[in-house]
Amino acid sequence: MMQEKSWRPWALLSPALTAVFFFLVVPTLFVIVYSFWLRAPTGQDIPAFQFGNYAKFFADMFYPSLLLRTIRVALEAVALSLLMGYIPAYFFAKTESRHKNMLIILILLPFWVSFIIRAMSWINILGDTGLINFILLKLHLISAPLSMLYNEGSVLMGLVQFLLPFMILNIYVSLEGIDKNLVPAAKSLGCTEWQAFKEVTLPLSLPGVSAGSLLVFVLAAGTYLPPMILGGPQNMMMANMVFKRVIGTLDWPFGSAISVILLGLIGLIVYAYNRYLGISQIFKSMQ
Amino acid sequence: MDNAKNNQIVQLRNVVKRFDSVVAVEKMDLDIEEGSLVTLLGPSGCGKTTILRMIAGLEDCTEGDIYIKGKRVNDVPVHKRNLGMIFQDYALFPHKTIYDNVAFGLKYRNVSKAEIRKRVTRALETVRLPGVEHRKPAQLSGGQQQRIALARAIVIEPDVLLMDEPLSALDENLREEMRQEVDNLQSELGITTIFVTHDQREALSMSDTIIVMKDGLKQQEGGPEEVYDAPVNHFVADFLGHCNFYRCRITGREKGLTTVEVEGGQTLYSEHDEGWEVGEELELLVRAQKIVIESRTEEIPGVSLNIFPGKVKSRMYMGGEAWYFVEMEDGTVIHAINISRVAPFHEGDEVTLHIPPRHCRLIPKD
Repeated sequence: MMQEKSWRPWALLSPALTAVFFFLVVPTLFVIVYSFWLRAPTGQDIPAFQFGNYAKFFADMFYPSLLLRTIRVALEAVALSLLMGYIPAYFFAKTESRHKNMLIILILLPFWVSFIIRAMSWINILGDTGLINFILLKLHLISAPLSMLYNEGSVLMGLVQFLLPFMILNIYVSLEGIDKNLVPAAKSLGCTEWQAFKEVTLPLSLPGVSAGSLLVFVLAAGTYLPPMILGGPQNMMMANMVFKRVIGTLDWPFGSAISVILLGLIGLIVYAYNRYLGISQIFKSMQ
Repeated sequence: MDNAKNNQIVQLRNVVKRFDSVVAVEKMDLDIEEGSLVTLLGPSGCGKTTILRMIAGLEDCTEGDIYIKGKRVNDVPVHKRNLGMIFQDYALFPHKTIYDNVAFGLKYRNVSKAEIRKRVTRALETVRLPGVEHRKPAQLSGGQQQRIALARAIVIEPDVLLMDEPLSALDENLREEMRQEVDNLQSELGITTIFVTHDQREALSMSDTIIVMKDGLKQQEGGPEEVYDAPVNHFVADFLGHCNFYRCRITGREKGLTTVEVEGGQTLYSEHDEGWEVGEELELLVRAQKIVIESRTEEIPGVSLNIFPGKVKSRMYMGGEAWYFVEMEDGTVIHAINISRVAPFHEGDEVTLHIPPRHCRLIPKD
């Protein structure tokens, strides 16, 4: 009986699988194939199978250091989102306010505004003629505008602003799933509030922390808009370089090679993360 | 405390709990004797769990004082009260092994490693689950998990064991088994236990004292037989089992018994007498299990009072017992529960009911 119906899950999955195949797998394959092509001096793309584009990437430290910076900024974004996200997530899980659902919707509210607009709006706040400089100048606290934009700090700020909800929601879900009697049980056995948090709440929220961190890392490492809008040339990340090569200089083969390298590295990190921290284990413990 | 007695381990004086404007517990006084098993019994929302949580220190009381071992504990935090707490859903730490779960409380009591090992092993033997130290809670069945929760609570040698509906997550058969086990364990170890439940059978079978509650108020306090056989009001009688209630009026006294006239005009005799005036309006209550049901042709030997003819209206077979709904001549229906007999009655059978005067209780009109 089971065998007869074994086609059913596949039938039900087929619309999703079709979409993933045509809109994700096929384009990715195109990119991979393109990364081996040659670019003629005339600007033509010539089908080929050679590793010139990859060799070019590793020819000097310019591109590899860009890759390392991308990873570093992504890790910084993870650390900041974690620090800034845990407390609100904890608050949402513990609050008995009637407005709890409303508060959670507020966390999602920024998604309703285009990310470009959100990133651009920082220019009005932090820019040379922005709100903060305007006030400080009016108050004569400074004589020349402070330059707060176009550095790694402003890029990180844009990233964290974009990624924080993902972190908060992931941690919130795992905190919410913790049996409400565990902390009282720990306290009745002799724990203070803080000890109970360390013994029970924190370890049981790690699946959410872990899932949120992975999501934030992957999204940050592939990010393209915050460095473009809020960063200077020295804050460029890998995705910006892809843009520059593919759209700027129309060098599709090299742009593809950069994409494949970024994709490969992130894939490797996710694989290692899964292997050693065990994502499947994480989901098991969330039952 | 002036009225403190040595053997009263937990005392509540005028304890009130309000959540915003909602009163959860109203002026509660409670004295719990060392070594006894006291049950707080009542429907959900009656305040029984709130009382338990206040004793544990998980809720503050709005007014009044709580004493443990004669010491006022209102301002003592949970972790310093030395109480064992058992929850309905076991509340074992899912990420810790059984060993670490049971050892948890000892770790915070500066007990040496070797001593912890010894005491954990002993506690697991006490709950008859030796050898599961290295498993995780999810690998055990519900009943086993509740036993581990029990081991975790008793291993710290608490002054009082607080149990919040500990058996209601278990299925029927297991519940009965665990009920016995908790009862045995409690008398074996002699730990004072406060047990919260809405299950009257649990309360009746385990308790030394039952406190019946409703809407945050104590209705009656007494031993299981007392609250079952001599309920003080309609609520207590109804909550503890199947009852027949009839409005009635005292008509006098005869042959040393109180006579009452029930709504339908019939006269019943009751042994219960608290010096009521003739004409007083009361409620007559008879437990369904106390009514004797016989076929019309049989004589009920040695009985001359409170005998009424009736006709079986419907019957429910419940295995060990049968429920009969018997229609009387005046149209009232009496619920009688009898042990299943060889020749049970059927719908339409003419029967005789005997309501022993001993089991006719008179309570205030509801």
